[in-house]
Amino acid sequence: MTLEERCIPVKVDLDIVLARVEGRNLAKELGFGTIDQARIATAISELARNVILYAPEGKVTVRAIVSDHGRRGIEVVCEDNGPGIADVELVMQNGYSTSSGLGMGLPGTKRLMDEFELETELGVGTKVTVRKWLK
Amino acid sequence: MEVPRIPILQIEDYLVASIQTALHDTAATRFRDDLLERIYETKARGLILDLTAVDVVDSFLARLTGDIAAMAGLMGTTVVITGLQPEVAVTLVELGVELKGVTTALNLEKGIAALRRMVGEGKHP
Repeated sequence: MTLEERCIPVKVDLDIVLARVEGRNLAKELGFGTIDQARIATAISELARNVILYAPEGKVTVRAIVSDHGRRGIEVVCEDNGPGIADVELVMQNGYSTSSGLGMGLPGTKRLMDEFELETELGVGTKVTVRKWLK
Repeated sequence: MEVPRIPILQIEDYLVASIQTALHDTAATRFRDDLLERIYETKARGLILDLTAVDVVDSFLARLTGDIAAMAGLMGTTVVITGLQPEVAVTLVELGVELKGVTTALNLEKGIAALRRMVGEGKHP
């Protein structure tokens, strides 16, 4: 089975909307309900906005995935070539922000999704991977 | 970049604006400024911001909504947010953004009723 994958470059704020529309469409095709679709779209919005806020550019990749146990789901990978995150523990705290944001982006995204992984390297960039499984 | 404008309607002493498309940040910020200008021009006593057609409210739009309510409040105009979809309510709470201090109503009709009550009692947030 060929797993579908879509990649959306993120450079300007309009791309945030495009990325979350792609994510929502794929989630819908995979059979996620409206509340999970909204969770996935909102998570993509938060991740893509971080690219706009902190990095010159990046990309969002959404793909259909299957677990080792045959469970179906969606994976969202958001990568940028930004400055990286110096203190990961700090950015995962509610309300911490170095921009004019609410500081809810990363901890909020983690709560919206089933799995959350963050890889970052100073001066190289940040990669956030989130997944949601079909119930 | 094309920036869609959101119509702002006046009914008696109130303004009503309904967001019908996905707003990118630039458009959302300009919408906030448009709203504040219209409030000033029309001396509206109340504003309904209808989100019935909005399927995603992320932390940016949530903050902007709270800002609109606070800024309009400073100008003496009461704001009621209407029509939050169930999935939007769920994601806002899970995100940790609960629009505290913002008056909400189930739909436009209940929103107008709430506004009349609040303005009628002379209460401004």
